[in-house]
Amino acid sequence: MKKILSKPESLKDTVLSYCPGCGHGIIHRLVTECIDELGVREKTIAVAPVGCAVFAYEYFNFDVTEAPHGRPPAVATGIKRTNPDKFVFTYQGDGDIAAIGMAETIHAANRGENITTIFVNNANYGMTGGQMAPTTLIGQITETTPFGRNPEREGYPIKLCELLSTLEGTAYLERVAIYNPQNIMKAKKAIKKAFQCQIDRKGFSLVEIISNCPVDWGMTPLDSIKWVEETFIKSFPLGTVKDKTNT
Amino acid sequence: MTKKLIKGNIALCEGAITAGLKSYFGYPITPQNEIPAYLSKRMVELGRVFIQAESEIAAASMVLGAAITGARAMTSSSSPGISLKQEAISYMSGMQVPALIVNVQRGGPGLGNISSSQSDYFQAVKGGGHGDYKIIVLAPNSAQEMYETAYDAFDLAEKYRTPVMILTDGIIGQMMEPIEFNRIEKKEFTEKEWILNGSKGREPRSIKSLLMKDGVLEKHNVKLQEKYKLISENEVKYESYMLEDAEIIIIAYGISSRIARSAVKLARKNGIKAGLLRPKTLWPFPSEIINSLAKPNVKFLSIELSHGQMVEDVKLAVNGKSEVGFLGKAGGGLVTEQEILKKIQSQILGGSSGA
Repeated sequence: MKKILSKPESLKDTVLSYCPGCGHGIIHRLVTECIDELGVREKTIAVAPVGCAVFAYEYFNFDVTEAPHGRPPAVATGIKRTNPDKFVFTYQGDGDIAAIGMAETIHAANRGENITTIFVNNANYGMTGGQMAPTTLIGQITETTPFGRNPEREGYPIKLCELLSTLEGTAYLERVAIYNPQNIMKAKKAIKKAFQCQIDRKGFSLVEIISNCPVDWGMTPLDSIKWVEETFIKSFPLGTVKDKTNT
Repeated sequence: MTKKLIKGNIALCEGAITAGLKSYFGYPITPQNEIPAYLSKRMVELGRVFIQAESEIAAASMVLGAAITGARAMTSSSSPGISLKQEAISYMSGMQVPALIVNVQRGGPGLGNISSSQSDYFQAVKGGGHGDYKIIVLAPNSAQEMYETAYDAFDLAEKYRTPVMILTDGIIGQMMEPIEFNRIEKKEFTEKEWILNGSKGREPRSIKSLLMKDGVLEKHNVKLQEKYKLISENEVKYESYMLEDAEIIIIAYGISSRIARSAVKLARKNGIKAGLLRPKTLWPFPSEIINSLAKPNVKFLSIELSHGQMVEDVKLAVNGKSEVGFLGKAGGGLVTEQEILKKIQSQILGGSSGA
């Protein structure tokens, strides 16, 4: 019998600790499929964040280091500059990348560090129980915005791809989602392109993935899919924000 | 061997380079600016890594990144910047990552000023960041020792898989002195079994300090403490000067030890049997030798550019067996030989310890 689907070699055969309906599982799968397909597993050094994906090293079947909260782009800079032949990517959430680590993100991008960032945007701090994130939508209720995010009090959601697009050092920035098969296919294509951008030494690449967080959003997984489609991606439009990979 | 007249900070750079420094990450702050300025040229010329980071926080995390791949990496700063680096130092201690951090101390607290100071002693020797850890703290007191200490620091860091700090000050860093480049360039490095370099031909590795499974962190902490015990037993270094018949023993490190040495000579001229014990490692502290010297007829005097930090460790070492005095100032001037002599005289005459 012909085998048509198998677990990626880059993904360990273990149970994920993520909540029911969470997007990380799909994203882990896409990332590891791309690593396998590009043949870089044995030269990969990944940087895990502080947040829900803090245990990434339990699931990824390649070298992974921990980093202080928000510092993955700096840690990845140290790894990549010292070892330009290695394949280096960070896997970060919205709080890690755009709140506590915003300086590290902007400056790694601005230096055009030849690394890739997988940015999982689920509009809240998942691991700590669903507090407001820099990407929390206007009106969204979280543990620390019980009346809904009010721009007068909490400011506006940060669109990181658009923000980074003004920096000369960024080569490829794309926002994708994973709430249905069509978007999952697109997300994989974007991740692979971002990884290829690093392999071709073209500079900083980032894929922002709009991800579901039903437990902290207080929704069923099905309702969370509906909310992503009808609300979340209206505030965070999908598509390529910047692409210099062909120049 | 011919000698060259250079600043302590530059001597430190050359020591680190000769030891095989592969990657340097820094951020401007006085009085350590000679280090990043010098390395921005030297490291690039040598084909090694130099980055001026966006912050002290980022620079220290870049060191972490370079060091987990097995490379010799360092960062440097002065006091306020070192406070920011504590995050990564705590992580590197938990993750057991060897690296070199240099603190060319300035006055504090807060932004303080740029004059020479020794008021970061507590921060350096008691851990500094969150969690129950120690780092090795080395205290050179000349340009020559800046060179040699930086050279030796990496071997020490790798031997124990721990961050090492060179705790120096603005004067030692900026004073020009003749030095001999008496170390051989290190080209061979022992293979490390724990580094991340891609999982080719082996099982993937991870380096982490987050240990959530029941009992694992407790065991990890016990392991760290065993390591610190081993370091305490094996790595204490100090210099003694005229201790044989000393009735009063000065304890001083860094720039203060240079002045204290002159003060010992001055006291001897005045008929007082003074001596100097200079810790070259501040952690581990030379507690054992201090304790063995402590007798009812011997007095101790801790001299620091602070309002009394190391003196606490001297008292712990003496453990009540001798009187311990203190002389120090912080935030500006140095303690002078004359001031030390006066203090020695009053302490010998049985005045109050002043500590």
